[in-house]
Amino acid sequence: MSTLTLYMQYIVNGLTLGAIYSLIALGYTMVYGILKFINFAHGDILMVGAFIGLLIYNGLTGGEAADPGAWTLIAFFIAMIISMIACALLGMLIERIAYKPLRNANRLAPLLSAIGVSFILSNGAAWIFGTQSRRFPYPFNNEPIHIGAITITPHQIVVIVVSVIMMVLLTSFVSKTRMGKAMRAASLDQSTSMLMGINVNRVISLTFAIGSALAAVGGILASFDFRVYPSMGTMTGLKAFVAAVIGGIGNIQGAMIGGVLLGILEAVGAPLLHIPNGMRDTVAFAVLIIVLLVKPDGILGKNEREKV
Amino acid sequence: MLNFFQLILIYAGIYAIMAIGQNCITGYTGMLSLCHAGFFCIGSYATAIICKVFGLSFWLSLPVAALAAGLVGLLIGIPTLRLKGDYLCIATLGLGEIIRNVATNLNPVGFSQIPRASLFGYEFASRYKVPFIILIWAFVLVFYILFQQLAHSRLGRAMVAVREDEVAAQSNGINVTKYKISSFVLGAAVGGIAGCLQTAYTLTVQPGSYTFMVSVMVLCTVVLGGMGNAKAVILGAFIIQFISYLPQLTGLTNVIPAQAKQIIYGLLLVVMMLCRPQGILGRDKYRYGDPRTRMEKLADFFHRSKKAKGGRA
Amino acid sequence: MRILETEHLTREFGGVIAVNDVDFHVEKGLVTGLIGPNGAGKTTLFNQITGVDKPTSGRIIFDGNDITGLPAWKISRMGIARTFQNIRLYKELTVVENVMMGLHFKVGSDPFHHRFAQAVKSYFFASRENREVYGRAMEWLRFFELEEHAQDFAGSLPYGKQRELEIARALAADPKLLFLDEPAAGMNPAETSHLMSVVGKIKGLGVTVVLIEHDMKLVMNICDNITVLNFGMKIAEGTPNEIKHDKGVIEAYLGKEEEE
Repeated sequence: MSTLTLYMQYIVNGLTLGAIYSLIALGYTMVYGILKFINFAHGDILMVGAFIGLLIYNGLTGGEAADPGAWTLIAFFIAMIISMIACALLGMLIERIAYKPLRNANRLAPLLSAIGVSFILSNGAAWIFGTQSRRFPYPFNNEPIHIGAITITPHQIVVIVVSVIMMVLLTSFVSKTRMGKAMRAASLDQSTSMLMGINVNRVISLTFAIGSALAAVGGILASFDFRVYPSMGTMTGLKAFVAAVIGGIGNIQGAMIGGVLLGILEAVGAPLLHIPNGMRDTVAFAVLIIVLLVKPDGILGKNEREKV
Repeated sequence: MLNFFQLILIYAGIYAIMAIGQNCITGYTGMLSLCHAGFFCIGSYATAIICKVFGLSFWLSLPVAALAAGLVGLLIGIPTLRLKGDYLCIATLGLGEIIRNVATNLNPVGFSQIPRASLFGYEFASRYKVPFIILIWAFVLVFYILFQQLAHSRLGRAMVAVREDEVAAQSNGINVTKYKISSFVLGAAVGGIAGCLQTAYTLTVQPGSYTFMVSVMVLCTVVLGGMGNAKAVILGAFIIQFISYLPQLTGLTNVIPAQAKQIIYGLLLVVMMLCRPQGILGRDKYRYGDPRTRMEKLADFFHRSKKAKGGRA
Repeated sequence: MRILETEHLTREFGGVIAVNDVDFHVEKGLVTGLIGPNGAGKTTLFNQITGVDKPTSGRIIFDGNDITGLPAWKISRMGIARTFQNIRLYKELTVVENVMMGLHFKVGSDPFHHRFAQAVKSYFFASRENREVYGRAMEWLRFFELEEHAQDFAGSLPYGKQRELEIARALAADPKLLFLDEPAAGMNPAETSHLMSVVGKIKGLGVTVVLIEHDMKLVMNICDNITVLNFGMKIAEGTPNEIKHDKGVIEAYLGKEEEE
């Protein structure tokens, strides 16, 4: 295989990974846009979404034993939709209980509360489901397709297609609908939008619902590659957060671009720089810190200064 | 049962020391750092390497650990401490994991059978817990006094100013960066010393034991007692360790799942933030605005207790 | 004698020029007013001089020293103190503690010149130092008639008193030059007139005062000199009387007559 096609292959893999990061990064960015705080528990919502999806899918089809066919594909989408709804509710519930009362508290309070929620979710899942990782069976025939020298598996296609659909839906929701406009207004200036008659509480609830639903999709799609286990959200969540920062936190398009960029960087960079497996996380964290230091505003972010 | 109480005393002491360090960073200066497990790890490794590899005394490893952890704190503090709240939190989380990853990669199995610490010919063996309790709590006392003095000095006051309002602190002639870095380095060094003590007790070091969980436990300890209050932090350490050993204490190890304590820590963080963000004991009121001398305070204290007694009689 | 001078001071925020080539100067011992419509660049100018923000170009000379681009804490130590438009007190500390913070770098008039040695001394002799600082802080509180609130939390004071406390904290650093950013904003008439007497007392201490203010009565009454900014540029300077009759100033505030 020539070097060029090898890198084409990496880019295809990176796009898949990046699409997942984008979906999760959207949740971080939307919440940050409105509440100016990092929802630490977002990564764990992704994990809950993956578990719910897996359980429902296995319940509907019998799991590994089922032959991939039309029914398994339908079951997969049913599982995904139910998981999205469940996570949306979970996200709203968390916001209502753990963040809303702290909206006017000092800035450390919601962050600490979010760390607490994250701990409860990941350890709760470990308690209920055990710590072993589980495979998410492919609901379709995952025979690789060869296009020239590049190999694409159907699951990669599903990941990319589903992500693109979700992002198109979100973009049109935010730019076209009343609620979407209210959301953008609230992220620009909360108190003014409140004076304009926007129900900011509802907007915030909705933001958490949408972000968490997208995280559920991200979690399910990620579980093809990463398997499902209680701490799966930590690393994936952090990387998605980096993606959100790269794109400019608070910016929806930025999160999408940042996610894809990070995915490709990871898929191309790791083999290119011969990073040993054990050091991958270290490199990921180092990149995270460098991004925070060098470009905290991201590509599309605006420079926010404290007004004195 | 008594055994577990002794264990709680030992670990409460170690966590109290770590929490005193974290309190300096988070409670006084208001920086939410999540890499105390990393400093703890550095301290443990320092003791392990000095005692096992070089065959030197445990006591020598204390300053080395403090210096090493402080130096790492300085190196990571200089670039990251200009980040604001949320970003600092994530960056330090990453740094804590990097320290652990590096330790794992350099030495995946860790160290075991580290030589015991000894003092005036007495050798501290893990079997006898009481000497350890005395040793560790002596350290707690020393750090408590040192950091109380810090809190009540001009330096501690400046740290509090940084926590309350950085811009105002600058305009009061306070070099915000300097105080942020000093407080971070001090906190880190203390975390390193806690690591030494832990190693002296367990005599083994495994990279797997310095996870993010440890950082959250330390943070929980500080939040539970009351940020910025050294007494409260020690109380917090007791509660956290009590929770940690709850299954063993109640004899319900089979019933209570292993994750129960982490879930309780999570719940504690949320509930404390919702109901009592200032912690159980609340913030030290930082009575710099107290003109009495220490002797006068002491006199007043006795006077008051005498009055109280008189009232009852 | 000029205690402060800016030369061609300019500050751009991504294409927007907030302060444009301003030559601002302050006479020693006098009260200088800085006025202008909202968005004229007054606070931005303050921020450049006090080091909260760095100018894009130009120079700032204070007491013969070039202080352009120095960090705020250094400038503060050189003798420029300030208050903020949106009061920045340490709200969770007590009133007296707030003033003690203002004295931060004033303690340690001792044989130790080295900073580290001074820090060590501050650490070991904390309670003695605290008593000294406390005493000096209380003196400032008496000066501002705030001593009865000494042990209250700063955040619990009424608005006017908070503004005065902020001035007390700034003055505690014994500055040569004091910047007040809208000290009368949100004050009722009684509080404003009290403020006027306070500014008079500060002037009496020999401290040079620069204030941004929208209350024209206050400005015209207590200022010796006035500089007017509009759209980031200096459009006039002079005594209150000259400013009152300056055509450019009247236009800036009321608009050109022909346009009406």
